[in-house]
Amino acid sequence: MIRNPLPWWLASPAALLMLAFLALPMVMLLGLSLNPFVPGAGVGEGFTLSHYADLATDDYFHTIFGRTLALSFWVTLGCLLIGVPEAWVLSRLSPRWRAVSMVIVLGPLLISVIVRTLGWAILLGSEGVINRSLMALGWIDAPIRMMYTFSAMTVALVHVLVPFMVLAVWASLQRLDPATLQAAASLGAPPTTVFRRVVLPQVVPGMLSGVLIVFAMAASAFATPAIIGGRRLKVVPTTIYDEFLGNLNWPLGAALAAVLLVIVLVVTLGTNRWVERRWRRVFE
Amino acid sequence: MSTNPGFLRLERLTKRYERITAVDDLSLDIAQGEFVCLLGPSGCGKTTTLQMVAGFVAPDAGRILLDGRDLTTVPAHQRGLGIVFQGYALFPHMTVAQNLAFGLQMRKLGATETNERIAQALELVHLQDHAQRLPRELSGGQRQRVALARALIIQPPVLLLDEPMGALDAKLREDMQIELRALQRRLGITTVMVTHDQSEALSLADRVVLMQTGRIAQMGRPHELYEQPNGRFSSTFLGKANIFSGTSDGQMIQVGSVRLPVPPGSPPGAVDCIVRPERMRFASSQALLQGEIVARVFLGNHWLFQISTPVGDVQLTEPNTGLPLPSEGSRVGLLWTPDDARVIARNA
Repeated sequence: MIRNPLPWWLASPAALLMLAFLALPMVMLLGLSLNPFVPGAGVGEGFTLSHYADLATDDYFHTIFGRTLALSFWVTLGCLLIGVPEAWVLSRLSPRWRAVSMVIVLGPLLISVIVRTLGWAILLGSEGVINRSLMALGWIDAPIRMMYTFSAMTVALVHVLVPFMVLAVWASLQRLDPATLQAAASLGAPPTTVFRRVVLPQVVPGMLSGVLIVFAMAASAFATPAIIGGRRLKVVPTTIYDEFLGNLNWPLGAALAAVLLVIVLVVTLGTNRWVERRWRRVFE
Repeated sequence: MSTNPGFLRLERLTKRYERITAVDDLSLDIAQGEFVCLLGPSGCGKTTTLQMVAGFVAPDAGRILLDGRDLTTVPAHQRGLGIVFQGYALFPHMTVAQNLAFGLQMRKLGATETNERIAQALELVHLQDHAQRLPRELSGGQRQRVALARALIIQPPVLLLDEPMGALDAKLREDMQIELRALQRRLGITTVMVTHDQSEALSLADRVVLMQTGRIAQMGRPHELYEQPNGRFSSTFLGKANIFSGTSDGQMIQVGSVRLPVPPGSPPGAVDCIVRPERMRFASSQALLQGEIVARVFLGNHWLFQISTPVGDVQLTEPNTGLPLPSEGSRVGLLWTPDDARVIARNA
């Protein structure tokens, strides 16, 4: 068999680029995480697993990893629950309204995450819009604490990431044969049943890509947890930042990054595998 | 057969889209057990009509009555009609058996009866061995049969077929037409089929409804429609036709420089005289028209001749009986009897 070398040549520029700017830094990061930390001097010479041992044994890190995973889970769930119906409604609109709604849905992507998150801060603060309104209405006497809470972080992050879910599911919905919906209706299925039994199963691939994107982005989100969660509710990305720039403990920061990377990989690949098996029929 | 002549009634149905009127004041009564074909070119409103009956498109005016019950505002999922879609619209994530079970589950049938009905339906369309296949693992013809079984399994009062043969190749299409006709007769189910294929309409339907720009151009039994077209559109859409436009005095029609005979009782004045190609013959004497053969095409069971005459090109078919036929370029005379011509007054 004669192999055609052309595809390899064509792929090589992109492959080299990936190697130089993604694979190489990763390897260096991994290397960094195995160096000892010398207080005052930074990265020391030699080989140690002590940072990984710290991460494995210290409850402080366990809490942070647990919080990050829980945040990613709830954000992903929130995006699924909001994004899937949203994409469905979008696909059922008349072309004119669809164009308008698409701009509304995707518009926030054009605005910096920091600006969007600060918007939430304005809403949720103890002197914020929500608390002032509720107090003005006389429903509450003292402001409710919403900033620096886990729920606020989740809500804000769902808002930031939901367009990615909408886009992924939307792409799947485009491939749906609209006649199958009519067929289901003709067989006696009311609209909710059509959605549950005919639409949903057919957009599982879109939901899966949405889940993978949103989970990975939520687990690595920095700006939103930093602003809404503050110093109290640390997640892994904000901890990495603090280790690198606050404590100047680069090796520990690198170890945190490496572990987060592995966890995200395991969760996403596992989910991918499970979903593709469970709904084998809709993946050709 | 027709126990109830107005089983499915369409009363003055109208549907307008922004600029065009897709269906224009259409009324049609369909008898119980009847097989009606809506036939016409694309854009004639036949599909819109079917979609209104199915409940997927709301009419702007008019009513749809099924066995006396007004369906006009009933949502599609409560109409209970069986529909076979052009692309079959099988649920790609369900097996054949699950596709068939769907309609029964919506009717909350028990497991035992569901399984029995699925087995029956599969037998009806000869797919007993394919219950656990997915639609993408089936051939085009098999998919079409699953779609038919899925529509029939709910025992609908009316079966609607939207270009059901559209995606099949010619040979398979013929087989499926015969199968569909036999099935429809056996079940006695009232059927409305939409097609743009005239031979399909002629071979399947009890009654063909020929549509043009949202209106019924003509309807009748297939043979009637073919033999007695009521105008230029009907005569050319159903089969081939030679049309001579001229002025009639009741016995002869003057077409350009030629006079042609017409059957007695024909309307006088400006008329179209229609002669089917198979009714024309070659003649050496008493020819009505003289011409030169410009093309000769072999079509298996017959030959098609294109003949240039003083009143325009004319088509003539001769059965392929093995007898010698004139060749391209030869001068021929053409003959037909006045009764073979159909004369229709031309409305301005």
